[in-house]
Amino acid sequence: MSTSLTPRPGTTPMLSAQNIARYFDVSKPLLQRMIAREGKRTLRAVDGLSFDIPKGTTLSLVGESGCGKSTVARLVVGLYGTSGGRVMFDGQDLSLARADSKQRSRMQMIFQDPYASLNPRWRVVDIVAEPIRAFGLLDDKQAILRRVGELLTQVGLSPLDGSKYPHEFSGGQRQRISIARALSSNPEFLVCDEPTSALDVSVQAQILNLMKELQTRLGLTYLFISHNLAVVRQVSDRIGVMYLGKLVELAPAESLFSRPRHPYTRALMEAIPDLEMTGRKRIPVGGEVPSPISPPPGCTFHPRCPLANERCRIEVPLMTLAGDAMVACHAVEEGRDQEGRGALPR
Amino acid sequence: MSLLQVKNLRVEFPTRRGTLVALDDVSFDIAPGEVLGVVGESGAGKSMTGAAIIGLLEPPGRIAGGQILLEGKRIDNLPYEQMRRIRGRQIGAIFQDPLTTLNPLYTIGRQLIETMTTHLPIGPGEAREKAIGWLEHVGIPAARERIDSYPHEFSGGMRQRVVIALALCAEPKLIVADEPTTALDVSIQAQVIAMLKTLAREKGTAMMLVTHDMGVIAETADRVAVMYAGRISEIGPVRELVRHARHPYSKGLMDSIPPLDRRVERLQQIDGSMPRLSAIPKGCPYNTRCPRVFDRCYVERPELLDAGTTRAACWLYAEGAPQGASV
Amino acid sequence: MKAFFDSDLWWSFTRSPITVLSAIVALICIVGALFAPLIAPHNPFDLASLQLMDAFKPPAWEGEGDSLFPLGTDDQGRDMLSAIMFGARVSLIVGFCAVVFSTLVGVTVGLVAGYLGGKMDALLMRIADIQLTFPSILVALLVDGVVRAVVPREVHDQFALPVVIFAIGISNWPQFARTVRGSTLVERNKEYVQAARVIGLSPLRIMRSHVLPNVMSPVLVIATLNLGFAILAEATLSFLGVGVPPTQPSLGTLIRIGNDFLFSGEWWITIFPGIALIVMVLSVNLLGDWLRDALNPKLR
Repeated sequence: MSTSLTPRPGTTPMLSAQNIARYFDVSKPLLQRMIAREGKRTLRAVDGLSFDIPKGTTLSLVGESGCGKSTVARLVVGLYGTSGGRVMFDGQDLSLARADSKQRSRMQMIFQDPYASLNPRWRVVDIVAEPIRAFGLLDDKQAILRRVGELLTQVGLSPLDGSKYPHEFSGGQRQRISIARALSSNPEFLVCDEPTSALDVSVQAQILNLMKELQTRLGLTYLFISHNLAVVRQVSDRIGVMYLGKLVELAPAESLFSRPRHPYTRALMEAIPDLEMTGRKRIPVGGEVPSPISPPPGCTFHPRCPLANERCRIEVPLMTLAGDAMVACHAVEEGRDQEGRGALPR
Repeated sequence: MSLLQVKNLRVEFPTRRGTLVALDDVSFDIAPGEVLGVVGESGAGKSMTGAAIIGLLEPPGRIAGGQILLEGKRIDNLPYEQMRRIRGRQIGAIFQDPLTTLNPLYTIGRQLIETMTTHLPIGPGEAREKAIGWLEHVGIPAARERIDSYPHEFSGGMRQRVVIALALCAEPKLIVADEPTTALDVSIQAQVIAMLKTLAREKGTAMMLVTHDMGVIAETADRVAVMYAGRISEIGPVRELVRHARHPYSKGLMDSIPPLDRRVERLQQIDGSMPRLSAIPKGCPYNTRCPRVFDRCYVERPELLDAGTTRAACWLYAEGAPQGASV
Repeated sequence: MKAFFDSDLWWSFTRSPITVLSAIVALICIVGALFAPLIAPHNPFDLASLQLMDAFKPPAWEGEGDSLFPLGTDDQGRDMLSAIMFGARVSLIVGFCAVVFSTLVGVTVGLVAGYLGGKMDALLMRIADIQLTFPSILVALLVDGVVRAVVPREVHDQFALPVVIFAIGISNWPQFARTVRGSTLVERNKEYVQAARVIGLSPLRIMRSHVLPNVMSPVLVIATLNLGFAILAEATLSFLGVGVPPTQPSLGTLIRIGNDFLFSGEWWITIFPGIALIVMVLSVNLLGDWLRDALNPKLR
């Protein structure tokens, strides 16, 4: 079963996640467990996720903290091993691709925290050159320096910045250094884990513009992780909405915003403060995200869902096609969602 | 009369490389029942303004000039003990991380009751009933049963509600809330903001809401102050500021927020970054990034000037500004 | 060098008079000890120059004192000042080498345990825990005893110094290992380490070039504080008679020898080496305390 959206025939997606899962053992130590007579406890951070990312496009994953989106980012670059399912990188199994330095150099990652993602004891030139040296792309010292200068210019810094240390830069500038480092191995696939959420808005705009520009110029493929729907709208071709380790909706960006189908997607959009101050009344989602260690049975969203009924409490909904989107919701499948439509924005 | 008046507040940080001016000539006031939003980039001085008002500036920072008045009485020069009493009774504080405010060793009930019996003329029994009332008020389900729980038994969103109850229970006249919803998930944020706003309205409490999230401000505040490099660059009614910002910086800030309702090819951005406190340029601090800069901006520092419905620290609104000044 | 004098560390150093004083005292001790053969007024090991007639001379300011021997002489007529300088030399060398040894072992173990985690971590840390349950002097005594039993008597003295260094060093590594492991756990999860893992660098390379430089500040502090401890441990061992051989007396040996004469009135033979020991350890410890505060970002 493939839940990918309209895969173009004949082209291999850059990345294909097939029913991937990642569980973490969060049990107490053995001795404590024996005393308390508890069993093992498993956190299902990612629980059966499938998606494709065609080359040159951006797939975004959105969701609240703890929904597993950052874990997905780490799974697809091999920082975590999968507990189930498999990841295909350009048609090749990820573990094989990771073992081959040529394949490995085609994927890179940009991180959230610009203060933790650069080694504070290294000069910028060494930070940016690290992938070049690690993959042996250039071995002449002058050539490496020249290339680092090019990369820094490409991300809007000066080649002279190379001799400085990370602490001499602002958050936005550090994120540019991070991007320069990611680009230095000439990757085709970039995983961006909340790349702008630690930045101020005015700087966020700079970084988003830079990333879009680089995508057009270098033909990059992005997996973009964010909790900010407005940001996601600006960069994505397709968007997946995650809740408690599962995808609840996967749709083309425009379609998701013009016609959000899953009740959770709609709730997320309603929760965003209204900057235009149109005076629309917001109805906040009630309740909080349950613990992923003991998720509710059936559809995990049912305790907060206005459309939940008996079936939702028992049966786990599967991703099914609804128009141009894939949605995991009994209510949508049965057409029960149409009743509340009028109250929604847009 | 204003409840809180801040007049020409100046905060300095002596360092080994000279004195940094973290807040420079900051003036504003808040009326009872009014919510003033304070926005700006990190390092602009918005949190520091809050900290100065509640008397919790981190050393070596100190108030080097100006006055802070609560109901017409100066509170910026009070001894620590006296300020501590005011902080509990008349000013409530809400911080970003609820864990730093709640004592993990005491039940939330005990913390609420102690706060009330210290500051209000009521006994423990009455205080307990009131505490349950407050918990219900901030939306904690089954408050009567949960009052004897410890902070760690609550989820993040619930904890922040408890913090809010704690800040409100002594019925202060002013609440200083520093990024009260930033640590919360979007769906919880909305609930908490709505609640804060209702409570402030009902009780006539004035609120200073510090946040970097324009959305939160737009929903909650009556007026907004935009800060840049330790100074207020524009202050005015929230509607005016969000829709027709006058200062080029506030305008740039508003424009760079990605829109939710459409996709734009290229977002508006402000080039460069805010200067460090040690390198604030002469004249207008924004002159290195401003698209409408002219000669006067490099020489003289602008005061807050009338710019129609808002007040902006920008020479474009002075007499004799270049043509097309109305932004 | 210019960068160093411009650094926050140097700045905080110059602002603390006690630290400056400790540094000066420690420097005098170190210079006096290391260059003892060149600057000491006498050579206490040159048997030819020893005169039994000079034995038990009190310090120079006492009535029977001799200005040739400012701090008096011991039972064999050795100049106490020179003996202390030579003794401090042995103490310092042993202390320094022992600290280097425990640092090497501790940092390596801590780095590997913290970075690799899992079973390796559990194993290494349990070993450290077990060792921590024995008082370190006991561990040192044990090692010393075992070596004495194994090594033939004739070569005891040759082995004595390395054995003491090993004994003190091995009793101390768990402290380094625990600290480094703790910092490594923090650094390992930072995004710059993840970035290095995404490119596929080997764990060894990541530990060496990324993690190690970022966990060294606390190590520097512990090493300094441990130098004081190691010097004391050596003195204790020598005092108990299981440390360095009497042919190369350390401060501890001097104190022990002098102890025999304390009640017969020749107090200077044990008191002066004792004072020297206290001053040396105290100055080193004060330096360590300052370093800990100066490198702790929370206190700055």
